[in-house]
Amino acid sequence: MTPQPDPGGHFGPYGGRYVPEVLMAPVEELEKAYLEAREDPAFQAELAGLLRNYAGRPTPLSPARRLTESLGGARIYLKREDLLHTGAHKINNCLGQALVARRMGKRRIVAETGAGQHGVATATVCALLGFDCVVYMGTEDMRRQRLNVFRMRLLGAKVIGVASGSRTLKDAISEAMRDWVGNVGDTYYLLGSALGSHPYPMMVRDFQKVIGEEARRQILEAEGRLPDAVFACVGGGSNAIGVFHAFVPDAGVQLIGVEAGGRGDGPGDHAARFRGGCPGVLQGAYSYLLQDEDGQVSLTHSVSAGLDYAMIGPEHAWLHDRNRAEYTAASDAEALEAARLLSRTEGIIPALESAHAVAEAVKRAPAARDAIFLVNVSGRGDKDIDIYRENFTELDEA
Amino acid sequence: MTRIGHLFERLRSEGRKGLIAYITAGDPEPARTPALVEALVRGGADLIELGVPFSDPIADGPVIQRAGERALAAGTTLAVVLEIAAAIRRRSEVPLLLFTYLNPVLRYGLDRLASDAAHCGIDGCLLTDASVEEAREYAAAMHRHGLDTVFLAAPTSTERRLKLVARYSTGFVYLVSRTGVTGERDSLSGAVAPLVRSVRAITDLPLAVGFGISKPEHVAELGRQVEAVVVGSAFVRLIERNHDNPSLEIQLESFARELKHGFGAAA
Repeated sequence: MTPQPDPGGHFGPYGGRYVPEVLMAPVEELEKAYLEAREDPAFQAELAGLLRNYAGRPTPLSPARRLTESLGGARIYLKREDLLHTGAHKINNCLGQALVARRMGKRRIVAETGAGQHGVATATVCALLGFDCVVYMGTEDMRRQRLNVFRMRLLGAKVIGVASGSRTLKDAISEAMRDWVGNVGDTYYLLGSALGSHPYPMMVRDFQKVIGEEARRQILEAEGRLPDAVFACVGGGSNAIGVFHAFVPDAGVQLIGVEAGGRGDGPGDHAARFRGGCPGVLQGAYSYLLQDEDGQVSLTHSVSAGLDYAMIGPEHAWLHDRNRAEYTAASDAEALEAARLLSRTEGIIPALESAHAVAEAVKRAPAARDAIFLVNVSGRGDKDIDIYRENFTELDEA
Repeated sequence: MTRIGHLFERLRSEGRKGLIAYITAGDPEPARTPALVEALVRGGADLIELGVPFSDPIADGPVIQRAGERALAAGTTLAVVLEIAAAIRRRSEVPLLLFTYLNPVLRYGLDRLASDAAHCGIDGCLLTDASVEEAREYAAAMHRHGLDTVFLAAPTSTERRLKLVARYSTGFVYLVSRTGVTGERDSLSGAVAPLVRSVRAITDLPLAVGFGISKPEHVAELGRQVEAVVVGSAFVRLIERNHDNPSLEIQLESFARELKHGFGAAA
């Protein structure tokens, strides 16, 4: 069964459209425009052209020979979203949504960003297609990711600091939504993950599912059979739903989502929604949410800013409840170690987010002789070099 | 019928318009809220919206966001707001409407909240992010315990949605004066009159209009079109600026009175 939301945007009980009435007309207008675009061959052809000639698709599926040897178990393949323009899978979604925005006649795009990767991808696409671009970013994240703030500005975007709440991603999303509510006439809200009100979780998945479609073809070519397990990190869950989606009907393929285990199991120490969360409503969707006993959204922690969010995308909640996908968590320390291992065995420095997926595959590979593992390397590690330096101080001496 | 229904009946029979005041419960601290509400009522507020603070208030502008942060820092939970309501109810018959987001209510439990709210003397509930599509269970729970459910209608709402808003609303329908978040504005958009016409064509429920209303002139202008006018951020800002000023209650009372006089100007 291919999971599709119902007309109200529900994946089982999850998802939906929990937005203030003032946002209802804009999300309905967006849904209509997107459904038309999806059926339009000219739209799909233009998007395919941009993905190929600008973003760099298809991305390779690399056999990880030395990593496989070093673990002595499953044969590991890496889906190389890290090789895309701007360094991560985020560009797939940004190109798709920006074309929708153009169809809708919008001239201004607003977006949120946590670590800055979605903001950079949005600013890039706005430069390419000629939109005014405003990116909301928590002031705490701006401090931690100064280089990405500068990249966005170099690309012509206006970056606005958000000093409310926890000053991180969820506050940036709220502020971007407020901007959209007040400027719906000319403004498009380009949400970066498979989160928020319908139609975003469905639309973002549709723009990311190319990852799994390519990977499925590539692994069949390379091995003549499907993988035993597919690994992806899960923040909001856009790269994970992207790589999982084509494999959902393949019952023999295990789908493994890896959340941020952070620095411990206490409240505020991690972002593992299936470990400490329960269903709730945040920013337009009903899904698993880290919250306190009074229904206030909890603070989260991860060494990786891209996984540091209190809610998981609603389609993942549904895959979880149906036992079609398994969700686990890797700690900060495990992700850092996996990043070092991948760097040394394969010459690939992954993004810290992607390193969580690598960590889980590394954990399971030795016991999985004859198995084939497919790991989505959703982004490259350039943006995380400062964090790697802080954590591998011994490499920084001399 | 709740106190809200009786209020609108009384307003109609007396040929008056109603002033609805929003404040965030627990701002600056829970123990102060009953006295602030009493001051608003002395100044002429006919109905009080008690805001329950939520960590991620996507529909609110900066003034009410800050009030929510202060209230949360002072330990204001939904259970505390119910206690505040009970304290107000011991001394006053002013209609009380809980105003919040869905998540704290889901966590508390829909049926448990409806039962406890009714017990504490609350008359109804407005959840800004409970769209009519997702509201069936919530509305059923509230109605089972005799509480009103108020929904928002916006200038951008389609006719199909306005019909759903009218179907699920009891007590009154809350019209949003313009698109955007809560907060004061110098002038109000011209979108209210067409919205009032569209909603009147669908329902006989009383109408209140809110968002951006902060001056007696706004009250005068809108009072000609609807049964009640909601003022929120302007009161909340007064509380923010004067929370340690002993004259805060007097200021709230006289500002409410000044706004209420706006209706007189319309007559």
